[in-house]
Amino acid sequence: MNIATNVRWQEAAKIVKMVALLVLLIAALLFPLYSPDLATTSIAVFTLMFAAATTAWNIFSGYTGYIALGHAAFFGTGAYALGIMCQRWHIGPQLLGTSKGDLTVLFLHVSADYAPFVLVPLTGLIAALIAVPLGWIALRTRRHTFIVITIAIFFVFQLLAYNLRGLTHGSAGLELPLPSWTYPFYNFPFYYAMLAILLLALAVSWWVRHSKYGLGLLAIRDDEDRALGLGVNTGPSKLAAFVISAFFVGMLGAVWAYFLGSTFPQSAFDPLFDIAVALMGFMGGMGTLAGPIIGALLLEPTKQYFQFLPALLLPNGGKGGDAGGLYLVIYGGLFLVIMLLLPEGIVPTLGKWWSNRLARRADSAASRATATDQEPLVAVEPTGTGEEVNP
Amino acid sequence: MTIYLEAVVVGLLSGSVYALMSSGLTLIFGVMDIINIAQGAFVVLGAYLSYALAQHFHLDLFLGLLFTMPAMFVLGVLIEWLFIRPLKRERTMFSLLVTYALALIIEGALILAFSSTNVKLNAWYVTASLPIGDFYLPYMYLFSFGLSVILLGGLYLLLYRTRFGTSVRASMQNRTAAELIGIDVERVSAITFGIGVALTAAGGMAFGTTMAFNPGSSYDLISRLLVIIVLGGMGSLRGALIGSLALLVVQDVTSVAWSPIWASTVFYILLVLLLLFRPQGIFGRLEGRRQ
Repeated sequence: MNIATNVRWQEAAKIVKMVALLVLLIAALLFPLYSPDLATTSIAVFTLMFAAATTAWNIFSGYTGYIALGHAAFFGTGAYALGIMCQRWHIGPQLLGTSKGDLTVLFLHVSADYAPFVLVPLTGLIAALIAVPLGWIALRTRRHTFIVITIAIFFVFQLLAYNLRGLTHGSAGLELPLPSWTYPFYNFPFYYAMLAILLLALAVSWWVRHSKYGLGLLAIRDDEDRALGLGVNTGPSKLAAFVISAFFVGMLGAVWAYFLGSTFPQSAFDPLFDIAVALMGFMGGMGTLAGPIIGALLLEPTKQYFQFLPALLLPNGGKGGDAGGLYLVIYGGLFLVIMLLLPEGIVPTLGKWWSNRLARRADSAASRATATDQEPLVAVEPTGTGEEVNP
Repeated sequence: MTIYLEAVVVGLLSGSVYALMSSGLTLIFGVMDIINIAQGAFVVLGAYLSYALAQHFHLDLFLGLLFTMPAMFVLGVLIEWLFIRPLKRERTMFSLLVTYALALIIEGALILAFSSTNVKLNAWYVTASLPIGDFYLPYMYLFSFGLSVILLGGLYLLLYRTRFGTSVRASMQNRTAAELIGIDVERVSAITFGIGVALTAAGGMAFGTTMAFNPGSSYDLISRLLVIIVLGGMGSLRGALIGSLALLVVQDVTSVAWSPIWASTVFYILLVLLLLFRPQGIFGRLEGRRQ
């Protein structure tokens, strides 16, 4: 056992990792074709949405350590932006199916059903633009106060959605065009749209994680004043991360609104969204690449399952509000138990376990080596997990 | 002119009820360095407890507090002991999620017990009003103002005139140093959490008489309470008091002068403006380096 074997071992691990990621990607691409029924693909759409939202949220909160609990404001902004644009510009298949609103983008003709998707990046930009002043104000504060400010901003947006009736139709909500796709194809475009946003967010997250800029963000998380002293441009760095995450969350809101066909103040600006994203990020592991996705993959299907479970458990079949009550008790209870049992998140816990294992293996190898030919001890960097786990 | 005066008076009186709820929240924050998202759910739980006592035992709402406040105190101490104390690292974030989970459980349990229809607390002093000049002031506003003054006065005496209060204030200033000079910070935390939750029982009762509520009312409440303590400066009791009165006065005046639907929005905008110039709130201390 020497350095050369260790390097070879690491290279093998890298190849295995690449192959595994490729297999995962192909599986994600083929998933709707494999199980095309509407219920499964709907859950898959929501799961991908939360995976992307948590990844985007992680770019800001995971890397800088500032916990934002108001990203639903950008989600709702995206949803309403798409709804309002479709309505005002008559884009997308029209509600009564009489006329079809197409969209000409860059001399390419986009058919009515897909036209709203073309607007999705624009909704992301709108959310990002709104995030600039909001982030500037909120980031003047730190820690707890920052959290509360983001919550307050979120509630302002919800109130605006209720109150700006001319734009949002208040609590009556806004209808979006209904695409003319039929079963089993209906969910596919939404699935791939969510997947595309997730991959883009992941790529950005990966870039941030491996760039000098991301290093600055992590320095802010560890000690902001020291980072500032060391020459990290803390203010603009934090704001940029905030705006990037708002951009992705805004796009997700738009796709979500087109998927559901309507948007209401209480569903587009949902406090549960904020908490779900934070919970998934924390469960998976903050500041890691895989964590947000693992958190979303575990939590969202579970949540969907528990929404149906109470109906089976209750004697009256869960009529009235009782099912909702039992769902909340089960979900909250589960959430509490996981939090107390796995306080570090899944990816950091697994990462620690893995690096301990590697260290033990290296230790035993090294002790064997010293016993035979007195080679110097080699410190092994635990790189097997892929994500660097910060303490 | 009279309507504005009325709005200010009603705002001040009902603001005192919010002071009850928010002082608990800011106290918990100050001592334990956590944000108790469940505070709104505790308020609603307190209101439902009063409702249950009034429905089943025909107990007067204010007399009912003699039972609900100790019960909520015990609940608070238990919750601190079971769920908050085990959190050792990243307390801020975990306390947020844990108290949020508690809020969900409370909301779900209330839906199971009382269904999600709106209810309102009732008594003779809720419906009867005291005529003052041109306008009528429901007795309840005066009574709940009196209740708030008594409870907040008691809290003041507890914090500033007793040995326990000294240890609470020491823990607020510096948790580690308080531990070093022999204060049992864990015990102080548990009792503080209990007091904070017990105050919501009174706040919830007063809240339930002025507004119809359901198990989901906690979201609106917690956002207001959080905004109040940020406005006043987190961890500052004076700030919580001033913030509560300011919120309700601004809301009531806005709804008279403009429209009720913009009442909370105006307050939120004022808050954002204030934070532009004073990020730490009115009475808050600037946050230094993380220890």
